[in-house]
Amino acid sequence: MVKISIFDYGAGNIFSLQSSLQRNGAQVSIINDFEESTEVDGIVLPGVGNFDPAIISINKCKAGFSRFMEKNIPVLGICLGMEMLFEKSEEGQLAGLDIIEGEVLSLPKNLVKIPHIGWNSLEITDKKSKLFEGIPNKSWVYFVHSYYTTPKNSDIITSRSNYGVHIPASIEINSIYCTQFHPEKSSTIGEKMIKNFINICKR
Amino acid sequence: MAVAKRIIPCLDVNKGRVVKGINFKELKDAGDPVKLAKQYSDEGADELIFLDITAAEEHRKTMKDIVKNVASVINIPFTVGGGIKTLEDARNLLLSGADRVSINTAAVVDPELIQELMCIFGKQCIVVALDVKRNYDQGGKYFFSKDEKKYWFEIKIFGGKKSTGIDAIEWAKKVEKLGAGEILLTSIDTDGTENGYDIELINSICDKINIPVIASGGCGSVDDILKVYKKTEVDAALAASLFHFNKAKLKEVKKYLEKNNILVRP
Repeated sequence: MVKISIFDYGAGNIFSLQSSLQRNGAQVSIINDFEESTEVDGIVLPGVGNFDPAIISINKCKAGFSRFMEKNIPVLGICLGMEMLFEKSEEGQLAGLDIIEGEVLSLPKNLVKIPHIGWNSLEITDKKSKLFEGIPNKSWVYFVHSYYTTPKNSDIITSRSNYGVHIPASIEINSIYCTQFHPEKSSTIGEKMIKNFINICKR
Repeated sequence: MAVAKRIIPCLDVNKGRVVKGINFKELKDAGDPVKLAKQYSDEGADELIFLDITAAEEHRKTMKDIVKNVASVINIPFTVGGGIKTLEDARNLLLSGADRVSINTAAVVDPELIQELMCIFGKQCIVVALDVKRNYDQGGKYFFSKDEKKYWFEIKIFGGKKSTGIDAIEWAKKVEKLGAGEILLTSIDTDGTENGYDIELINSICDKINIPVIASGGCGSVDDILKVYKKTEVDAALAASLFHFNKAKLKEVKKYLEKNNILVRP
């Protein structure tokens, strides 16, 4: 059975994510530290909370986290879990984890209502993405966020959505998979992506 | 492409059962919350809202168990409200599987709660519910008139029972500033009437703020939903009896809206 750990910043709903992973066959543990003894096939950084408190909670175990990253264990970063991997965010004062080059910016205040809440369609730009296996282009997925990422290297973007600006809806770099939307909340399409991530962790 | 207009079935829960009230008063039984949630999710609801309608007045904690059961069977977002007074109440619901919490009475009593919730959970987790009723007396800030009668929109709390003297438009602007991620706007005047949403109220609020708004109160037909999307800038439409008593199926509603050029998730 594929073992997946969800890192808990202690600030929101991770139960839905846990349920979704379990429904799709993963054995799930909730962690708030990255201990050496932890044997997992994949890690999920969930998408709920506020930037600074979440960074503080992961910084407490940064050495452990880096060790996991070096082992190339697949990581799925959702929403805030995606944003945290960047250099910095307009949501917070603290530095990000700086694993992906680029910044996290506020959605354009004069163009659209903020937060971006609801269902938006995906323009899949990387048809070979393993996360999107079996996912049709223009699929609808659920977003709830006020900030968006601007990766320096746009080649890592695997899908986009439009909300006043082009939002990188997902990125992939090495064994890191990120989505700005919430696959665990995106009905059967999202469920399929969760399944795909579990399959990625199997390999 | 842009974001789709959402259709949100609302489940008012009283002692573990879904109920539907008329003008916030009489209650009719409408089924089991977990069963209904699963059904609506499968049928294409974009989101669900659970409101524990008796929680605030009876000072009870909300329905953690129901939330947990719902969260394990559905894969769309849902919001839970009713009786949330403290950070701890909100945390309990969020950790049980709610994506967002909706606060109403508690936000009026202690506006700082909105800010505290935002700092910890992020603004996307916080829905502030506004129960609004026309007031024909003095007191408000923004006045409207119909048939030569002047009125303003007043915020009511404790399930619509208690007046606050607070102008709804002023309050909407304030909760946006404090960090609300969305407003659930219920018109007590139209709620339960099934005569259509309160277009005047919705426009007066949407004009003044830049966070999404959910329209609630008065939906009796598919045309009411079409009308609220044609005549206002609202982002989501909430309906209860329309779905509970099988007057319309979600799929039909979506098809009808799509045919009339409203962007929806099929």
